Amino acid sequence: MSTMKPFLPIRRRDLLKGSGALVVSFAFHPVVSAQSRSPVAGPPDPEQIDSWIAIHNDNTATVYIGFAELGQGCSTALLQVAAEELDLAMNQVSTVGLDTHITPNQGGTYSSSAMRRGGPQVQRAAAEARQALLQMAAVQFRVPAESLLVSNGVVSTLDDPARSVTYGQLIGNQLFNQPFTGNAPLKDPSTYSIVATPYPRNDIPLKAAGTYSYIQHMRLPGMLHGRIVRPRGQGAYRDGVQVISIDESSISNIPGARVLRMGNFVGVVAEREWDAVRAAGQLDVEWNQPENLPGNDNLFQQMENGHTNERIALEEGDVSAFDNAAIQSQFNGTGPYQAHVPFAPNCALADVRSDSALVMCSTQDVYNTRTSIANLLGMEADQVRVQYHEAAGTFGHSCWDDVAQAAALLSSMAGQPVRVQLMRWDEHGWDTYGPAHIGKARVAADSQGKLVSYEYEGWQHHWSLIETSEQTAKGTPAAEWPPFPAQQINPLTLGGMYDIPNRFLLNHHVPGLDYLKGAWLRSPVDLSFAFVSEQAIDDLAYQSGLDPWHFRQRNITDYHWRDVLDAAANAANWEPRVAAVNASQSGIVRGRGIGLGTHLASYGGAVAEIEVNIQTGEVRILHLVGAIDAGLVVNTSNVENQLIGQLVQTASRMLLEEVTFNTQHVTSLDWASYPILRFEQCPEVTPVIVQRLDEAPSGAGEEVMAAAAAAIANAFFDATGKRMTMYPFTPDRVKRALTV
Amino acid sequence: MAEITINNTVIQTDAAADTPLLYVLTDELQLKGPRFGCGLAQCGSCSVLVDGVETRSCVTPISALQGKSVTTLEGITAFYAAATGQAIAESTPLQDALIEQQALQCGYCYNGMIIKGTELLLDNPSPTESEIRTAMNGHLCRCGTYPRIIRAIQTAGERMQTAGVTPENGREESA
Repeated sequence: MSTMKPFLPIRRRDLLKGSGALVVSFAFHPVVSAQSRSPVAGPPDPEQIDSWIAIHNDNTATVYIGFAELGQGCSTALLQVAAEELDLAMNQVSTVGLDTHITPNQGGTYSSSAMRRGGPQVQRAAAEARQALLQMAAVQFRVPAESLLVSNGVVSTLDDPARSVTYGQLIGNQLFNQPFTGNAPLKDPSTYSIVATPYPRNDIPLKAAGTYSYIQHMRLPGMLHGRIVRPRGQGAYRDGVQVISIDESSISNIPGARVLRMGNFVGVVAEREWDAVRAAGQLDVEWNQPENLPGNDNLFQQMENGHTNERIALEEGDVSAFDNAAIQSQFNGTGPYQAHVPFAPNCALADVRSDSALVMCSTQDVYNTRTSIANLLGMEADQVRVQYHEAAGTFGHSCWDDVAQAAALLSSMAGQPVRVQLMRWDEHGWDTYGPAHIGKARVAADSQGKLVSYEYEGWQHHWSLIETSEQTAKGTPAAEWPPFPAQQINPLTLGGMYDIPNRFLLNHHVPGLDYLKGAWLRSPVDLSFAFVSEQAIDDLAYQSGLDPWHFRQRNITDYHWRDVLDAAANAANWEPRVAAVNASQSGIVRGRGIGLGTHLASYGGAVAEIEVNIQTGEVRILHLVGAIDAGLVVNTSNVENQLIGQLVQTASRMLLEEVTFNTQHVTSLDWASYPILRFEQCPEVTPVIVQRLDEAPSGAGEEVMAAAAAAIANAFFDATGKRMTMYPFTPDRVKRALTV
Repeated sequence: MAEITINNTVIQTDAAADTPLLYVLTDELQLKGPRFGCGLAQCGSCSVLVDGVETRSCVTPISALQGKSVTTLEGITAFYAAATGQAIAESTPLQDALIEQQALQCGYCYNGMIIKGTELLLDNPSPTESEIRTAMNGHLCRCGTYPRIIRAIQTAGERMQTAGVTPENGREESA
């Protein structure tokens, strides 16, 4: 194993000489090699071609990508985009890990942004590099650039294919030194040979062989193992954690372990990991943890009855049209707090010195984390270097910033590099959960089954801005993110797919400091929105005596929505009939349902087939179809895999997942108290892509979940003739719903 | 000083007797196959084979491994070869099938899926879908990749049968 030499002076042009070595050192070696170091603080200048593309002597290219591989396959798909525009083969392109000293700032990897935002940037940079390379070849051959052909990075002249030169010969290991204007012409999509194919992911063979390095495998020379010590399960966000006393003698039988404390932030470090684990479990700390939470029992009552801040999210026409409409429906429902709980608890390493800091973690936004770590340590941003290393799929903002801060704090106190691995109860108990939601829908249709009025009111709190490590160490008060729309009710999922003349959406922001910590969880709050909204729509179809697919068709003119709706129904072999005609209240009954929804872009449609055991209240999801229109799908296999994951995760969230808490703290702290779907419960799933070669990628990481949640809920009604007003569909809750 | 046989190599460790095997594998041997997931034997990310039986290394103290043989993902090709009487290949049929199916997302669960799936296939190379679900039920995947994993296990089993590989002939030869 090589030794790390932090901050060795190496510049980008030196990196270019080490063709390929950089990639290897990032992707496969758990210890960061010296070659990957740069003295220049990031970000690289995004206005330069060289910040995006480097061509090497051996006619390969390194593409610098500012998006995180989260297991969604974007590191392969973005290379497909680059290879396509550069006219290189996939085995001629590679990328490097995210690093604030090396990769450009493309913003965070969230909201299904990697292909939506990143795809066009990488595409234009690759097209511009290709244009520059062709210009060089044109000069060399003294012919117009238009008379040149490129294949696999070999440029030849149209009239004499023997006259050829490779990209590597043209510029290998040198800089373009050209500004990135974004003006180079792009390929005609009809000529794509790499994009819009199911190209196998680069990372999978390594992951199957067990040689892939996750953040959990990273080690720094001379490092200590650290663990955070907190009460088991968070209380109210405002309260954070208060230490009354610590009895350090309680770990005196573990000589290798030491307690480190800053304010109310407590950790232990040890040379051996097991010593750190034992010490963290054994350390006797008296905490002050007040009973300031509503608990599950009073959650929704407190949310609705307390002070809220109102904002009209949408107002069109006049919803008093409801009053005289032929068919009316009012439906109220709630969704619980749900947890990210990545399969591997978050992990981070930090080496904090007097004038610099290195943090290795799995943040989805290295530049944002760099700012937060700099603030925490009292440094300038350019003194902090943040590297991304993949962890287990996180599906939103789990504890990755919290653990990065914890590692930085412990390293600064220990004077040594520290690796912090969260324990299972840390991740389950101190997550920034997907917020709970109350929704009330009031919708109406005319006698022809045309929607005439739609009202929705939603209650939820915002996301938590201050991480618990900072809150406890520095005393920074808890605070929510400012009120931007992604945290609030979503006009797209809430009736946005239908042609409705009168619509009114009212958001009730519940001030969040007296609740659990919150953040974005895959398809944030959309499952709850669709659960309520699409059940109300379904009820109008039922009251109208119409099949729920046909009812929706009547009210949609947008071809995107129409196509995902039809694609899902057709893939499910949907036979039109009115819902619940076969509903029964005994034995094991089957039902099927349809639903629509999305997040901030793209379009999702879904069909669910479920089975309800009337006696036991047990619900099985037999089959889920999910159809997505995400514009251009660059890698069809990846997106199918994303759809499979979304459908299975939605089944898990609808049947099983609910954060539990009493008035003092969270009580769901592991996979027994917060179960997720297992092999035996996994439904058959059918992913369907509505491909749009001529439309821009719009994101495919989360957009069928809301539709699938709605389809499951509507299937329950079809099976039983009763509607669920809260998920997950636990046996007790189901039995209560059946007796209403 | 304890001695443990890991992937057919005897290693020595001065770790405390109650140290879970996982920490010896990840910290002392720096293996990347077995990995921390819960520390509670609930998820399967730390799984290894102990004398051929899938075992959670996060709760197995090294003191319990005297005279036993531990196989990690790093040793799975050799283990599979010995169990089936085949030459050691670069990968097992299950690993090949998982790659073909592009079955994973983050892949962190893969250690456990391959360890458990190998145990299953060596016991029953033609499992039904229901048998696969039952056998694998103690292994979680947060990304929800179960459907493609089930297909990969079925595919691997079919390949083993087509190739005439049965655990029995391997066991007889190695006996």
